[in-house]
Amino acid sequence: MIIQALAFYLFAFVAVAAGVLVIASRNPVHSVLFLILAFFNGAGLFVLLGAEFLAMILVIVYVGAVAVLFLFVVMMLDINFVELRSGFLQYLPIGGLVGFILLAELLVVVGGWVIVPEATSVAAAPIPPIDQVTNTEAIGRLIYTKYIYLFQASGLVLLVAMIGAIVLTLRSRAGVRRQKISDQVARRPGEAIEVVKVTTGSGI
Amino acid sequence: MDELLREYLPVLIFLAIAIGISVAMLLASGILATQKPDSEKLSAYECGFEAFDDARSRFDVRFYLVAILFIIFDLEVAFLFPWAISLGKIGLFGFWSMVIFLGILTIGFVYEWRKGALEWE
Amino acid sequence: MTELPDMLAAGPEIFLAVMGMVLMMVGVFSSEKRALGIVSGLAVASLVVTLASVVWMADGRIVAFSGLFLTDSFAVFMKTLVLLGAVLVLIMSENYIQREGMARFEFPVLVIYATVGMMMMISANDLISLYIGLELQSLSLYVLAAFQRDRGRSSEAGLKYFVLGALSSCLLLYGCSLIYGFTGTTQFEALAVLFTGKESAASPGLVVGIVFLSAGLAFKVSAVPFHMWTPDVYEGAPTPVTAFFAVAPKIAAIALFLRVMLEPFGGLIDEWRQIIVLISVASMVLGAFAAVAQRNIKRLMAYSSIGHVGYALVGLASGSEAGLRGVLIYMAIYLVMNVGAFACILCMQINGRMVEQIDDLAGSAKSHPMMALGILVFMFSLAGIPPMAGFFGKFFIFTAAIEAELYTLAIIGVVSSVVGAFYYLRIVKIVYFDDLLEPFDKPIGRSLGTIMTLSGVVTILFFLYPAPILDSASIAAAALFPG
Repeated sequence: MIIQALAFYLFAFVAVAAGVLVIASRNPVHSVLFLILAFFNGAGLFVLLGAEFLAMILVIVYVGAVAVLFLFVVMMLDINFVELRSGFLQYLPIGGLVGFILLAELLVVVGGWVIVPEATSVAAAPIPPIDQVTNTEAIGRLIYTKYIYLFQASGLVLLVAMIGAIVLTLRSRAGVRRQKISDQVARRPGEAIEVVKVTTGSGI
Repeated sequence: MDELLREYLPVLIFLAIAIGISVAMLLASGILATQKPDSEKLSAYECGFEAFDDARSRFDVRFYLVAILFIIFDLEVAFLFPWAISLGKIGLFGFWSMVIFLGILTIGFVYEWRKGALEWE
Repeated sequence: MTELPDMLAAGPEIFLAVMGMVLMMVGVFSSEKRALGIVSGLAVASLVVTLASVVWMADGRIVAFSGLFLTDSFAVFMKTLVLLGAVLVLIMSENYIQREGMARFEFPVLVIYATVGMMMMISANDLISLYIGLELQSLSLYVLAAFQRDRGRSSEAGLKYFVLGALSSCLLLYGCSLIYGFTGTTQFEALAVLFTGKESAASPGLVVGIVFLSAGLAFKVSAVPFHMWTPDVYEGAPTPVTAFFAVAPKIAAIALFLRVMLEPFGGLIDEWRQIIVLISVASMVLGAFAAVAQRNIKRLMAYSSIGHVGYALVGLASGSEAGLRGVLIYMAIYLVMNVGAFACILCMQINGRMVEQIDDLAGSAKSHPMMALGILVFMFSLAGIPPMAGFFGKFFIFTAAIEAELYTLAIIGVVSSVVGAFYYLRIVKIVYFDDLLEPFDKPIGRSLGTIMTLSGVVTILFFLYPAPILDSASIAAAALFPG
């Protein structure tokens, strides 16, 4: 039990510290790396909660793909980040105020944590006990059948994302000579080589 | 719950050892080794001549397209894990549900292919 | 083995989504020159078929897909409006996209998927299906806004819309998760059961959740504190896309707003009414005053649409069946007059080049009497001058507000619509009484002319035969107020 508590505080502390460093570090590439660290610790927290599937998805999708995309975006932008940050102190009071208000709201939320008594009875699908059904299987039993509507709709969202990425970024360049493998394979010696009989002393 | 976490204990121990060793190595080289830095030693090394400019140069937007398409198919694959585990329970309906989902993304794949988004110019 | 769910209720949505995929394949496998023509034609046809099936299937309340999806007469009414808007905009945009270098077959496909998303929003019966529908719609719209990717302003519009839209989706999702955390359910019916007849049900946390949820929704309808994106996006996006933004997504988002506030949280009306009253007043006032200084017609239409959302929210604030009916009538009329107004804006081109300044309209009554007449009708209607349709929309809403004893709100509404009339009438004055500088190109194209005439006739003659809209709005409004 004590190891569990220790691990929780370790993950939580590193996650928060990495989160702070994401916005505090000067180099945007470092920010992305700290973001990855924060994701890993988030995954650790999920494991402590027993949500294995979410933890692994966090690692596969967020660390494996989203963070890489962030890196690409950082590399694509032609922005001087030091210059961008120059107004930081100027906006600090307003930003701090907004942050403070949000914090106060959060405190109100946590302070007024009253769950409606009927809440547990209306839950759509109670979580099965973890020693009988693993997390991943419990999700699998629901999303493909009961929640098929959402499942297929998210397929559509992914499809639109594909169309969008291609519509907005794909450019065909003029004058590109592509490799045509079929042409290469279909080529015969007769088309490629020309045998010329050269008489001595006259050239071609 | 405890059962589940006990399975992860080796991972935690592994993490602790890995972090411990790497921190120890860094610290040891910081404490034990003699270090006499000067500006030439610390500057970036680029085949003997002065570094031309910042190592960060702009990327072509085509890399981004590849990355986005990768994420989309990555997500698609992420949906396959719970499906593979629970296929026995969700039956034929669950099976076809996934086939339709894959079909939607295959349409997208065909579109990409025909558009030439998968080709590198 | 799980049973097959009742998919027939979502038949129109499924059909449209499948047609979107078919169109993608058709477009990608046909020659580049002909692709757009074929796909546009098929897209209009499939939208019309979907519209027909939505209307044909209109019978009572059906909940499908284990409570995620619901169709009732309210949904049918709103879906009809959204589909009409999508069809009309697609027809209107045909010339424009050929001319302005956005002739790619993805345009109709994206319009179709945005429409599917809107239909899912309207039919949402659960916070999750609400969110997924909203995302499908928004994602398609982000791409549409940036569709002219070689033009800086279009890219800027897309980027702004995307960044702010993503932020608002975050707010909405945060609100949803708070609501889920405090109640343990995301289903609208279950939420409604929790809140009916219980004064103590609203804990502060839940109220914060509802506030976040309504902030996200207010962004999507572009009500005032969350309206900042609207003028820039409307100005920068290609004009047919702006026309689409001004009608279909707005109607869908209003429908979502109405359903979310009245169905699951109907029991908490005292908690949310103040929010709605505030954003409604702010939208009406800002829409009226900020539009006065605009020189760009698309920007002006953006502020005008902010104002109109304010009026529609007056109906929601009254929280009664009459108020809801008023909003529905208002949205139907709003659709007609906005489509007409944008048909006029799409005619504004000089030597094959689109112009967008209000001053370019000067004296166009002399060169294009029919178009000028159209502008006159639509501007009068938008301003709410009787006997145009726009007047009746406002009339029903303000009566409902007075019935609900929201006198201040009604008075502010009337005053701001008087102020708003100033800038609408200024356009009419410029069109009719200023000197002609450079005439617009002729002819304006048959499809644009037809749409302009049709919507003009509906706007003028609405008062002669209002029964179809009024009756179906009554039936639709009754769906959200059972018993």
